[in-house]
Amino acid sequence: MKNPPLPPGLPADVLSVANLRKQYGETVAVDGVSFVVGRKEIVGLLGPNGAGKTTTINMILGVLEPDSGSIRIDGIDLRSHRSEALQRTNFAAVYSPLPGNLTVVENLRFFGLIYGVAKLRERIDTLIHEFDLEKFRDVKCGVLSSGEQTRACLAKAMLNRPDLLLLDEPTASLDPSVARDLRAVIRQSTLKTSSGVLWTSHNMNEVEEVCDRVLFLSHGKILLAGDPRQLPREHGKETLEELFIAVAREPLSLERA
Amino acid sequence: MRPSRAAAIVLRQFYLVRGSPVRIMPMFAWVAIDIVLWGFITRYLNSVASAGFNFIPAMLGAVLMWDFLVRVMHGVTTAFFEDVWSRNFLNVFASPLSISEYVAGLVVSSIATSTVGLLVMLALATLWFGLSFFVYGLLLVPFLLVLFLFAVSLGIIGCGLVLRYGPAAEWLIWPIPALLSPFACVFYPLSALPQWMQAIAHALPPSYVFEAMRKVVAGGAVSAGALLASIALALVYILIAGWFFTRIYKHAVRTGLIARYSAESLS
Repeated sequence: MKNPPLPPGLPADVLSVANLRKQYGETVAVDGVSFVVGRKEIVGLLGPNGAGKTTTINMILGVLEPDSGSIRIDGIDLRSHRSEALQRTNFAAVYSPLPGNLTVVENLRFFGLIYGVAKLRERIDTLIHEFDLEKFRDVKCGVLSSGEQTRACLAKAMLNRPDLLLLDEPTASLDPSVARDLRAVIRQSTLKTSSGVLWTSHNMNEVEEVCDRVLFLSHGKILLAGDPRQLPREHGKETLEELFIAVAREPLSLERA
Repeated sequence: MRPSRAAAIVLRQFYLVRGSPVRIMPMFAWVAIDIVLWGFITRYLNSVASAGFNFIPAMLGAVLMWDFLVRVMHGVTTAFFEDVWSRNFLNVFASPLSISEYVAGLVVSSIATSTVGLLVMLALATLWFGLSFFVYGLLLVPFLLVLFLFAVSLGIIGCGLVLRYGPAAEWLIWPIPALLSPFACVFYPLSALPQWMQAIAHALPPSYVFEAMRKVVAGGAVSAGALLASIALALVYILIAGWFFTRIYKHAVRTGLIARYSAESLS
């Protein structure tokens, strides 16, 4: 599918990460990682547990300072212009639910004000419709099912029409039907706007379906990068899942190849 | 600084209070009990002490002002604890909200909640026990200002301690006013303290307020210099608190504490 043209005057990449490094004591969590996320592009950040995915995402979200390296969001340096850079970003992660003691609408108003969303009421109504949350708009998030909470989190993540959307296992708690619908919503939104998405998932079918490009992280380094539909064959594997397992179990053999 | 971002923190507090009326009670219940208790104690003291000294403005007024300080401090920390209790650190700190906007939101939330407590205390103290604030005159304004500023600085320092040592440190924060009260000379003159305690009291702005309040009640003149010194000291505490919180926040971002607390509170 051919992407529509980009508006003029915008930096080509929505996210540019260069030589990112983070060390905890003797452990190097992220070791010289560099990559970009282009506009209208969904990039999968893959890797086994402990590979450095969440550390990388936390650094891009500004809640963890890298030891070295730089992060630019929409061309804006995160370290020196934190608020401006994060104004263009949003995220949803399984480990960061919305406050359970506020209703869906209250949460969206709270975060809408923080992100400075214009015409907030209309935007909230649109997202509540898009994520099928009408029935739950005045329900406290804490009593929603995990799937409904995920949808509310995704609605919050789309509030400010972020140029960079970070999704850490966004469909982990959803049934396959809802997960497919949500992937379609996010995919459509990415194509309609000039945004980019960094997506982590352990569901390789999902990654193949939704990602334009994937980066395999292992021991804090990018081991492989490429088209998720081509990459397995390039490395002598049948499926992306097989390749994932190889990255997790025998990273050195892939590094040599 | 964008005021709308600070307003989001205040709006969140409003939603929480609206959604759970149980949260309204702590705003005034404990201070109301304090006023009633001390109201009767001061009445009793007035009846047994020698004529000529009125304990109501000296003691009940002191209780009211000290409780005001406690409510303001707890107002700041409670608004912060809401993010701890609801595991909201990551959502808040990964947003464009700056530290100054966040702290401003906590302080404005505290002004709103502590005003409720102050009004209830004023109503009970004046209507039930006949405490007249005309006794203090215009000095009431600097008195409350100093106590407010110092309470805000204590609240911000409390938030910083929880950010540094994790959600469990919350229980170290609640008793801070009680720990400071012996040094603040709420009920007795500074001269009643031993030398080492006096040295600490001199470093605490509330001790100047309560000393001045007792002078006013006794009909003496209040030193403008001492009052100005207490305002300056309270402002210094605000600066120290802001510096402390910013430093702790930077440490939390450098070491990954914010992300870790979100993960910890999930387990």
